[in-house]
Amino acid sequence: MKNWRNHLGLLIPVLSIVGIAIGVRITGNPATREVFFTVLKAIALASSLNIILGYTGYVSFAHIVFFGLGGYVGFYFMSVRGWSLWLAMLMGGLAAGALAFLLGRAILHLRGAYFALATIGVNAAMQAFINNFEPFGGPIGMTLNFQVYQQYGGAAKALEMTFYVLVVLTLIVVMVSYLVKTSKFGLGLLAIREDEDAAEVMGVAAPNAKTWAYVISAILPGIVGALFFFKNGNIEPHDAFPLASSIEMIVMVMLGGQGTVLGPILGATVYQRMRGSLLTSAIFKNIQLSVAGALLLLIVLFVPAGVVGWLRNRFPKLRRVLQ
Amino acid sequence: MESLLTFLVDGLLLGFVYGIAAMGMTLIWGVMKVINLSHNVLIAYSMFGVYLLFNGLGINLYLAIILVAILGLLLGILIYIVAVHRVINAPQLSTLLATFSVSMIMTGVGTAAWTTSPRNVEFSLGSFSLGPVTLAGTRVVAGLVAILATAGLYLFLYRTRPGRYIRAVANNREAAEMVGVPSNQILALSFGLGAMLAAVAGGLIATIFPFNILSGMNYQLKSFVIGVLGGLGNPIGSLVGGLILGTLEGIVPMFMETSWVPVIEFGLFVLIISFRPAGLFGARQ
Amino acid sequence: MILQVKGLTKRFGGLTAVFDVTFDIPEGQILGLIGPNGAGKTTLFNCINGVYAPEEGRVIFRGQDMTGWKPYRVARLGLARTHQIVKPLSELTAKQNVMVGACFGREEHSLAGAAKIADEVLEFVGLFERAEQLAGNLNVAQKKRLELARALASRPYLLLLDEVLAGLNISEITTMLEIIRKIRDQGITILMIEHVMHAIMNVSERILVMDFGELIAKGTPEEIANNERVIEAYLGDPKLAARLMQQNDQQGMEVYDDTGNS
Repeated sequence: MKNWRNHLGLLIPVLSIVGIAIGVRITGNPATREVFFTVLKAIALASSLNIILGYTGYVSFAHIVFFGLGGYVGFYFMSVRGWSLWLAMLMGGLAAGALAFLLGRAILHLRGAYFALATIGVNAAMQAFINNFEPFGGPIGMTLNFQVYQQYGGAAKALEMTFYVLVVLTLIVVMVSYLVKTSKFGLGLLAIREDEDAAEVMGVAAPNAKTWAYVISAILPGIVGALFFFKNGNIEPHDAFPLASSIEMIVMVMLGGQGTVLGPILGATVYQRMRGSLLTSAIFKNIQLSVAGALLLLIVLFVPAGVVGWLRNRFPKLRRVLQ
Repeated sequence: MESLLTFLVDGLLLGFVYGIAAMGMTLIWGVMKVINLSHNVLIAYSMFGVYLLFNGLGINLYLAIILVAILGLLLGILIYIVAVHRVINAPQLSTLLATFSVSMIMTGVGTAAWTTSPRNVEFSLGSFSLGPVTLAGTRVVAGLVAILATAGLYLFLYRTRPGRYIRAVANNREAAEMVGVPSNQILALSFGLGAMLAAVAGGLIATIFPFNILSGMNYQLKSFVIGVLGGLGNPIGSLVGGLILGTLEGIVPMFMETSWVPVIEFGLFVLIISFRPAGLFGARQ
Repeated sequence: MILQVKGLTKRFGGLTAVFDVTFDIPEGQILGLIGPNGAGKTTLFNCINGVYAPEEGRVIFRGQDMTGWKPYRVARLGLARTHQIVKPLSELTAKQNVMVGACFGREEHSLAGAAKIADEVLEFVGLFERAEQLAGNLNVAQKKRLELARALASRPYLLLLDEVLAGLNISEITTMLEIIRKIRDQGITILMIEHVMHAIMNVSERILVMDFGELIAKGTPEEIANNERVIEAYLGDPKLAARLMQQNDQQGMEVYDDTGNS
């Protein structure tokens, strides 16, 4: 890019993800790859949530719904209709985007806590609905025929492939996040976040802007969901729509710094690693949730801008690099 | 026809109890515009509290509920002081996440202490027959206690000085402060009161259904639905909302699979909050 | 006529906040809007720029009937507005605040174009040195100027100012009035609500007076100052108004200080 100095903010985010990919390749260890698969998934989900939460200021407790729906739709097309993974992922993304559009029409006119409450209801409703929806297997869910993996060179190769696909998807999310933030559209979203009424008086067409932000935030999780459950081999309602996941995504965004490109990446990485190490430690396994909760409380009470936000406030000179 | 009536009355009784739970949440919202996401652990902990006091120490069940209610009040005040007070004037996301983190902390500790295996307060009061309707004794008592609690809350809010202060702060905190109402203490008390109602509800539910550390979430979701039905901030609306929900839960299984009940509940919730956020009865301003 | 308001009525349930208000604004004028507290002035503004949709009446801007249009559509037509209680975009810099106005206002600039306009406008209102400061960290007077800058950046034809002088000290008021006159000199029409009497009497070419939701007088500042109904609206007692009028005719205008002594 000829004026690369204007885009310093993209540097660290892209490098960190590429760094993860290279690191995993070098070690060649499947266990490490799995660990970072979950990290990348967390980064992708948190970064996409940031678009509606951090940039637009609308707190969604239902972000996982896009992941779950994408997963189910993608799975359906692969397992029942026999479509390829790529088409399935596309369908997952489209389904999630469509849901975001319809949902947005219904609930984006709500402000603040009412919107948050509505998303809590949506999450619960979605899970309950899928639980009863026979074409998607109801409470039992669906299982992928192992034969499907043969199309991709066998199970082991397919697993490895999904990692690199996820790397690409995560890079896309991060770039989309950056593009939104540095665009005129993004400025409008930030204005909405700060004071929606004032933004409208200044000419920001808030209803449309919010809907677009919501749809953009939903598509990537949908695609990632399809990929994830392809790798998983089966899908069940409580795997696809765990309320805890939506919350964890919010924690990741808050921890790293909402409204920044780097924040969700940092927050997701730190949180996932911490969660992973707590779960494997015998002492802390049960209170992993408590530790996460305590961490969240400390952030909310004392460092609401998150790590990256705090750094930006403390060191204004670094702002161009820490976007 | 008989069974419809039974389902109906049963649902109503349960609805009163749900109403109490919802009141705990809407009271806090009405006074300080905070959505208490620790509502679920307050309910769950009170269930365990009653269980431990009754099954473990042999204390009279309803006395145990009273004790748990008092503990709930204290716990609520503590939660307010530690987690909520500092961010009470911050954007709403902060209090949402603060109360939610309390929920995470307490759920984690509770899971470590009690695991997720279900518990049952083994208690029965036989059954009452009123005309064509036969009801479990524990349910009747639970409904009656809930009604008593509602009356108690009403008397407190409208006939005592602290109650008046609470209503003043709910109406306009700045104005109340200007006439000398100690708003910080009142906010803490209100939160404690909301927690106490959650505890009473939890205790009563424990006398009827088995439960585990995660059960609170289910009743918290119901409290949301009821709160939105009746109008957030409107305690009477909560009671009516609770009755509606209880009736729905009682009758719907007669016509379709029980697993569809949550779909209807949450679908209704999303519909109402989308089109009539003030609830069916409007929130008290 | 850049703005025509005809028979505007706004009700909130049983309360009529604005009733049958009709007036015109010729292009290039500074029109003042005064009235006791609660007269409905801000509500009138809200009806004009689309925050509220009126129950009755029309709002016609440069020939376009925009009654009930949403605020963002109104802004695109070239009507900008400041608020009585300032609404800064606190976590954005002053420059970003102004850029929002330029990007989403009448001319819909790109980010690059908006940045240039923001520099110009911030210079114009005297906030250039604070361009990179977070809007939330500015003091009240600076926030008021920022609010004005934001409105100007959208290149409006008509500017609605709601108590832009409130809370300012004497020298800040003088500076602000200078800026307002310069804005008018650039060809922008201004409708301003004010309570600082000497300021608005000084700077306006014509004045509208509202009381209890209705327009009770229209005229030049001199006409308004001697209007019986206006005096009555502010003082509340018709007999006192008549006596004051008599005294004024006999003695000329007197100046009273805060304690009521001349």
